[in-house]
Amino acid sequence: MIVSTPEGTPVPSTAGQTIGPFFGFGLPYQGGNEVAHPWSPGAIVLSGTIRQGNGDPIPDAMIEIWQADSDGSVPTARGSLHRDGHAFTGFGRTGTTDDGRYLFWTRNPGATEPGKAPFIAVALFSRGLPDKLHTRIYLPDDEAALAADPVLASLTDAERATLIAVRTADGGLQHDIHLQGEKETVFFAY
Amino acid sequence: MTAPEAATGAPETPPAPESLLAAPDQATQAQIRDEIVAIEEAHARALADGTYEGGRTLLDYPPYRSSILRHPTKSPKQIDPETIELTSPAFGQRDVAAIEADLTLQHAGEPLGERIVVRGRVLDGWGRPVRQQLVEVWQANAAGRYIHKRDQHPAPLDPNFTGAGRTITDDDGWYEFTTIKPGPYPWRNHRNAWRPAHIHFSVFGSAFTQRIITQMYFPGDPLFPLDPIYQSIPDQRDRDRLVATYDHDLTEPEFKLGYRWDIVLTGAERTWTEPEGGEH
Ligand SMILES: [Fe+2]
Repeated sequence: MIVSTPEGTPVPSTAGQTIGPFFGFGLPYQGGNEVAHPWSPGAIVLSGTIRQGNGDPIPDAMIEIWQADSDGSVPTARGSLHRDGHAFTGFGRTGTTDDGRYLFWTRNPGATEPGKAPFIAVALFSRGLPDKLHTRIYLPDDEAALAADPVLASLTDAERATLIAVRTADGGLQHDIHLQGEKETVFFAY
Repeated sequence: MTAPEAATGAPETPPAPESLLAAPDQATQAQIRDEIVAIEEAHARALADGTYEGGRTLLDYPPYRSSILRHPTKSPKQIDPETIELTSPAFGQRDVAAIEADLTLQHAGEPLGERIVVRGRVLDGWGRPVRQQLVEVWQANAAGRYIHKRDQHPAPLDPNFTGAGRTITDDDGWYEFTTIKPGPYPWRNHRNAWRPAHIHFSVFGSAFTQRIITQMYFPGDPLFPLDPIYQSIPDQRDRDRLVATYDHDLTEPEFKLGYRWDIVLTGAERTWTEPEGGEH
């Protein structure tokens, strides 16, 4: 459809559709999961499994993350697709493995404003999922900031737990996402 | 797939991904069509009595069988986006080579099929251009076959066609791809299931919340009423927005047929500001 309404008039938006099963040759790209270079200072692994309603891992999902740098600044560096090996672009994309797992190299995001709980923004796509989903991955470390977060405060303890990552022994982050089921992740609309 | 194996492997042995592509019940097309019509009628009733709550693509859409275990059962929580969600990854011309917008030039020879150009604008919810942002496409070849290893459709691959492209919108929000019209293809949602011809689109806005992946269709496709993916959008006006318009003025004599398709992102939460200078 061609939009013919003049600029400044509200226009109905285009509806989303499933990513389908065959995105693997089109969307993932080399270094897509390296938001920070693996050997750069402060680099950590963020990983987890994406599961469907019966608990099975999803081998054909795609996850994108977008986050602040460790000092809380919003990255503005170009090169989110064409990795140059050192710029921190804040953006990552990866497909899940046959085991439903994803893995990013990144840094811990800082708070974008003083006192705010740092989190990583997530967009999720999958075969069988008719449209995208948005969620957040909160860092587990600053309990006072987590307690003060208005979004987390509006949730039950079980719902809240689906949004907060676990700190691993090597300083990384572990975070599973459940599209459905007992541990169904909380998803957001804006 | 580029994701490396994670260090801590899960103990279970999951089924091979391609084995998941066939729905277990293999309903008939007539059964699927009945389910589609029932949901459409419920939508029309909800619209008429004012109880329709919006959300243009139904996440819970059983005629699309693999969605049954993959849609959230709770409504998404409505929240105010925060700083990071109101911004978007920055892409620039450096990320994309010009040739990536022409899917017919990526190999030594010419791909087979009907050469087309797809041109349109990316706009925000106020009709304002989304400038200097990434648009990605992927599609089947003219015979309806994807180059993807999990595509088992016994139609020929084309050694001169991969079917993936990228471009960056210009300062008026325009994008343009030259490609081959994709063929319809069978899938295993139900017996004799066929997808209408489509091109997958992935688009970024000026806010991460505007991120969209969708599909562009071609006008007059007889498979529209039968396809549970196209029909997962319950409102005909919303479906129509996914269909390109044939444009004879865009058609080039003795070379390629022209289609126009504009993409409108949700909302315009952030006050519009002129993009900062830099890469163009
Ligand atoms: Fe497709």
